Amino acid sequence: MRIYNRGEMNATEVGTKRAEITAQYKEFIGRKIIFILSCITAICIIAAISATLGSYPITVTEVYHIIVHSPFQNIDISHPITVTELYHTIVHNSFQDFINTNEEYVVWKLRLPRIVMGILAGIGLAVAGTAMQGILRNPLVSPTTIGIAAGAHLGAAIAFILGAGFTSGKLILMGNAFLFALIPAFVIFGLARFKRATPEMMILAGIAMTFIFSSVSSLLHYFSDPDMLKGLVVWKMGNLGNATWGDLFTVSLVLAVCIPLLIWKSWDLNTMGAGDEIAKSLGVNVKRTRIFVMMTASLLTAVVICFTGMITFVGLVAPHICRIIIGGDTRFLIPASGLFGAVFLLFSDTVARTIVAPVIIPVGIVTSCVGGPLFLYLIIRKRREYW
Amino acid sequence: MKLNVKGLEFGYTSMPVLADVCLELAPSEMLGIVGPNGAGKSTLIRCINRILNPQSGRILLDENDIKNMDGIELAKKMGYIPQTASQIFPTTVFDAILMGRRPHIGWRSGEEDHEKVLDVLELLDIEDLAMRDIKELSGGQQQRVFIARALAQEPDVLLLDEPTSNLDIRHQLEVMEIITDLVAKDGISAIMAIHDLNLASKYTDRVLIMKEGKIFDAGSPSGVLTPENIRSVYGVEAEVIHRVDSNGGRPYIVPIRPLTE
Repeated sequence: MRIYNRGEMNATEVGTKRAEITAQYKEFIGRKIIFILSCITAICIIAAISATLGSYPITVTEVYHIIVHSPFQNIDISHPITVTELYHTIVHNSFQDFINTNEEYVVWKLRLPRIVMGILAGIGLAVAGTAMQGILRNPLVSPTTIGIAAGAHLGAAIAFILGAGFTSGKLILMGNAFLFALIPAFVIFGLARFKRATPEMMILAGIAMTFIFSSVSSLLHYFSDPDMLKGLVVWKMGNLGNATWGDLFTVSLVLAVCIPLLIWKSWDLNTMGAGDEIAKSLGVNVKRTRIFVMMTASLLTAVVICFTGMITFVGLVAPHICRIIIGGDTRFLIPASGLFGAVFLLFSDTVARTIVAPVIIPVGIVTSCVGGPLFLYLIIRKRREYW
Repeated sequence: MKLNVKGLEFGYTSMPVLADVCLELAPSEMLGIVGPNGAGKSTLIRCINRILNPQSGRILLDENDIKNMDGIELAKKMGYIPQTASQIFPTTVFDAILMGRRPHIGWRSGEEDHEKVLDVLELLDIEDLAMRDIKELSGGQQQRVFIARALAQEPDVLLLDEPTSNLDIRHQLEVMEIITDLVAKDGISAIMAIHDLNLASKYTDRVLIMKEGKIFDAGSPSGVLTPENIRSVYGVEAEVIHRVDSNGGRPYIVPIRPLTE
């Protein structure tokens, strides 16, 4: 069946054209996969370099040796390790049994937790940002720019002041952070739904809420005793240095649940990118998907923020750069952006550790220095590219 | 597939937009909906596709109420074609059309879905655009992509919301030819909200003229598009010319002046 005016094209030409498009499409997909693989490689390289940096000199090969041989050489193969044992080794023992030398202590206790937290936090924040941008159809949205990060931070700070310590009540800390992260999430939601908010309006509302949350947390700082104050202030700036293996376990658990859920929703996010009407006509329950994705992304943000403090702009920078490189297909964009977020945060942390060494500056300062200008650029450029 | 709409009512809060709308659509039929701005044409189309939920009334597809179908099931039967693109993020034409396969696929798109996309690309003569970004295309090209996406759904009914209103006359005619061809050859039926009375007259099998949320008149183009109807619905004096030509005796509408009450 032909519609019009293609009489001059014969069957072979049509066949070649199909093959051509298929080949182009395959190459397009291939490019996305290559990008994802490059990000993984970059993470490995930066992690390896980062593990050697610091006041205690350790070479890459030593690090490699410590990681590969030290903890696992003593494991009795005939007696397979159970999940409980593994949990105990990581969360309670923090690999303590395997640490014999100074080098091992530095790698296992100081550098690796920091590096792994950088990777996990980068993934979590970037994926949250990508998902939020998708459902709100707004490329300026990210956990930082719509106030979700500030909300989560305040929630955690309140729980902390009221007595849930960093070491004991982590669950309360995370719960409260999530609760407070939902406030800006649903304010933005309401604006989008009932006021037909423009992209700029959402961001302005986000900035307003960030101000409110941050002044409340300043108030907490003002009334807290000096011992707590430094901890709170450093935490507010975003810091990977406090991570323990137990924290890493918790964060990876949350990531392992939330990210597959978001990737599973990526077709729906794709159709919503074409407009609510199109999504509905393709059988997507737009309202339910939007709430589900927003809650999942808020949870991701809240949990990461609980352990790292306010690390800003990762969720804005990562999806943008990835979209420029691999396009907007959410099926690939979520994993790609997560991994790129990890690269970005890990790199920023490495810079933060080395730039004025031996002083380690909070990583949030470095990410802001990169993310802030990008955000400004996006606002100035306005509706040219994709919004 | 036969579509039947009975007693449809819809309103925003207290403002009624549609009141007691009934219509029938036979397989392979093209129904045009005309009427002034705000008469409820687009609302009607959206209610039929459940983009909006009517307050009362029934919409039956072969005697099955669409209220009882889930979204995916309905998406396999009805395709919706919007007026303009509201794509935010970059998307290639291929991926945009692949979205139309969503009701049929799980997470991974298979070989069969890619074949289907290639089929509709060819059908609409937009193979050369396959890897272009949808936002770079002209209005006419975008409209073809939307039609292609709806066809990739393999629906029985196409719903079009003023598909030609952003196009120049050549692209208007092309889009209309594509739709009538599909309706004639593939047994797809179509409901189209349309502003241009001459396009409605030339291409539709039946015309439904709406005024203030109600159906004012319905029937063949020559029966409905009369000077009297146009005067009462639009408040416009118009001349309707019947000429024996290749148009099959369909009327030409020449608007003359707006009437002052």
